Amino acid sequence: MIPRHFYIAASVMLAAVLGMSIYAWRMRGRVAATPASSSDSRPVVAPVSGPTEEVTLFVAYDDLGILRAQAARIPLPSVRQQRAEELLRALIALYLDKTSPHPIPVGSDIRSVYLIDPGLAVIDINAAFADGHRSGVLSEELTVASLLQTLSANIPGILKAKILVEGQPRETLAGHVDLSGFFDLTAVHQLTAELETQQ
Amino acid sequence: MRWSRTNESWALRTVHLKWPALFFLLIGMLALSAAPAERHLSVYSTAATYSVPIEQLDGRDYVGLFELLDPLGTVNVRSDPPRWRIHYNNVLAEFVVGRSRARIQGRDADLTGRFLLDSGRGVVPVDSLSSLLPRLLGGPATLHEASGRLFIGSIGTHFTATVSPGDPSRLVFHFTAPVNPTVATEPGKIHLTFRHEPVTAPASPRLTFNSKSISSAEYSEGDGAAEITVSSTIPLIANFSPDGQMITLSPARSQVAANSAQTSTPTPGHAPPEPAAAKAPTETHSFPPAAQPAASSVASIPRKYFAIVDASHGGQDRGEALSRTLTEKDITVAFARRLRQELESRGISTLVLRDSDASLSLDDRAYYANNAHPAVYIALHAASNGQGVRLYTSMLPYATGDDEGPFRQWNTAQSSAIPLSQATAVSVASELKKLQIPVRTLTAPLRPLNNVLTVAIAVEVAPPASDVSALTAPDYQQLIAGAVANGIVNIRSQLGAAP
Repeated sequence: MIPRHFYIAASVMLAAVLGMSIYAWRMRGRVAATPASSSDSRPVVAPVSGPTEEVTLFVAYDDLGILRAQAARIPLPSVRQQRAEELLRALIALYLDKTSPHPIPVGSDIRSVYLIDPGLAVIDINAAFADGHRSGVLSEELTVASLLQTLSANIPGILKAKILVEGQPRETLAGHVDLSGFFDLTAVHQLTAELETQQ
Repeated sequence: MRWSRTNESWALRTVHLKWPALFFLLIGMLALSAAPAERHLSVYSTAATYSVPIEQLDGRDYVGLFELLDPLGTVNVRSDPPRWRIHYNNVLAEFVVGRSRARIQGRDADLTGRFLLDSGRGVVPVDSLSSLLPRLLGGPATLHEASGRLFIGSIGTHFTATVSPGDPSRLVFHFTAPVNPTVATEPGKIHLTFRHEPVTAPASPRLTFNSKSISSAEYSEGDGAAEITVSSTIPLIANFSPDGQMITLSPARSQVAANSAQTSTPTPGHAPPEPAAAKAPTETHSFPPAAQPAASSVASIPRKYFAIVDASHGGQDRGEALSRTLTEKDITVAFARRLRQELESRGISTLVLRDSDASLSLDDRAYYANNAHPAVYIALHAASNGQGVRLYTSMLPYATGDDEGPFRQWNTAQSSAIPLSQATAVSVASELKKLQIPVRTLTAPLRPLNNVLTVAIAVEVAPPASDVSALTAPDYQQLIAGAVANGIVNIRSQLGAAP
C-alpha cells in the first residue's frame, strides 16, 4: 500500500509543474508580442525641432492601388536639403506605422537626399528598404511615385531624380520598377495623375 | 532600324578591345554550332499546347515532370532527397531517386528507367509517360515516342485531302480544327509543318490522287511536329480559308498572275513574287489571307513573328513570391504558353521569348525583341495584390542624349512607338472589360519596355479575388489570354505598319 504522504507530495509536485508550465507559456506569448523594432539598436536621428509647416504627402494605398495627396504638419528645418530628407522621412514614418496603407519593411529609411542644381535630386535609401520591399510592378511603382511626387510637390525646381540604394545604383527596386535611369519629373506627374484615379 | 547605347559601360568602343571580343564571339559561335540541337516533346491537350525539353540522361530520353504537368493544372513539388513528391491537382505521386518504381495515390507504378533528379528537377524517362500520365491525370495520354508528340485526352485534328473536281491542279485539305502550319517549298514538293496543332495521321499515311499535276501527299511525324508533304509537277502555293480549317494548294503561276493584276504599282523594296517552286527551299509562315496584316508590304524588314510574348523573370530571378509555393516566374511562363496558343489560333505567329526556366537579362530580352522585328512585344508579369489585370506602357526615363540618324538611344528606344503602344493597351483593356475583368492602364518605369523599338506593352495579372492560387487556374488564364489576343487582333492592321 502506497503511503498517504506520498500522494500529497506527488500532487504538490504536479501542481507546481502545471503552474510553471502556465507561467512559461505566458512569458513566451509576451516575448512574441514585443515589437521587433524595439530590438533595433541603430542610432536614431535627432528629432527636428522648431515650427511645423504644412506639407503635401502623396500616400500610396495598396488596397485600392492608388496614390492620394494628404496634408500633414511636420517640423522642417530651413536648409533645403534637410527639408527634403525630413519630408521623405515623414512619409516613411507613415508607411512604417502599424496602420500603414502601404507597408514597407521594418528598418526602412532615407539615408540622404542630395539636391544638385540644376534640378537634380538624388534619393539614397537604405538596403532594408529595397531588400525587403514587396515585389510587383504596381507595389513598387506606388512607392517610387509616392517618394518622387512628395519631393517634387514640396521642393520646387526638381526636374529629374535618381534613386540609389546604400549609395549605389541598382537595376530595380524589388525586381520590377527600373531604378537604373533618371526619373523625368514631368513623367512622374503624369504617372501620379494616373495613380490618383482607380479607373 | 537600329539602336545604340551611349553609356560608358558599352565597352566595345575602344579599338584594342574589338579583336579579343571578335575572337571570343567566333569561338562562341563555333561552340554553339557544334552543340547538338535541343529536342522537345510537343504536348497537345485541351488546356494548352506547349513543348518541354527532352534531355539525354543515363543513356535515354528524360523529361521534367513539373514542366510537363504545370500547364495542365495545379502542381506542387516537394523535394526531400532521395524522396521527391509531386501533387497534381488532388493526385499524389512519390518517387525515389535511382528507383524505377513510383507510388501514385498509394499504388505502385513501374517506370521504364530510373527516376532522376537533374539540378533539383524530377525527371522521368519519356517512354514511361504512356503508363504514368493516365494514372496522374485520370485520363488517356497517347505518346508518339519516335516523333516526340504527346496527346493528352481525346484530342486530335483530323484531315481529309481531295483534288478539286472542277480543277485537278488544286488540292484541298479540310481540317477538323483551325490550323496554322509553316509552309516550305522545294522543287516538286511543298511541306506543311504542324508544330502547334495535334494533327493526326490519316488511315493511310500516303494518299494518291488522280491528277497529273499533284501526284500524292504523304503524312509523317518527327521532331515534335507533324508534316504533310505534297508532291507535284507544278509549283504550288498555299491559301488558307479565313476560319483556318481549309488549305488549298493551287498552281503558283496563276496566283502570281492574279496578284500582279490586283497590284498595279510595285511596292518599293519588294521584288516581284517568284513562283514558289523556283526558289531554293525557303520557309514562310502563312496566315489566313483575310487576317493578314494590311500594311505588311510596307515593312522593309522580314518579320518572322508578328508577336513576341516575354515571360518575365526566370532562373534565379523568381519574381514575386506569390505564395509559399507559387512564384511569379512559373505563372508568367504558363500564361505565355497559353497566350501563344490563343494568338496563333487567331492567325498571329508568336514567339515565346522564355519558354523554360531560363535566365534572361533585361538587355537580352530587348535585344532579342529588337532583332526579331515583331509588330508587338508583350511582357507578362503576375502579382498577388489587387485584382484583375493591369496594362502598362513605357514611362521613359529622363533623356540623356539624342537619337543619331537611324540609331536610337537604348534607354528611350520606345519613344516613337509609345502612341501605338498606348492604343494597343486600350484595345486590350476594352476586350478585358467586355469580360467584366477589372483592368487599369498605366505607364510604368518598367524595363525592357523602354528599350524595345516596336509596340510594347506589359500585362500584370492579379488574381480575380483574394485567392492567389486562382492565378494557376487554367480557366482564368484562358479567359485573360483570350481577351489579350482579341485586343491584339482588333488593332492588328495598325500594328502591321509599326516599325
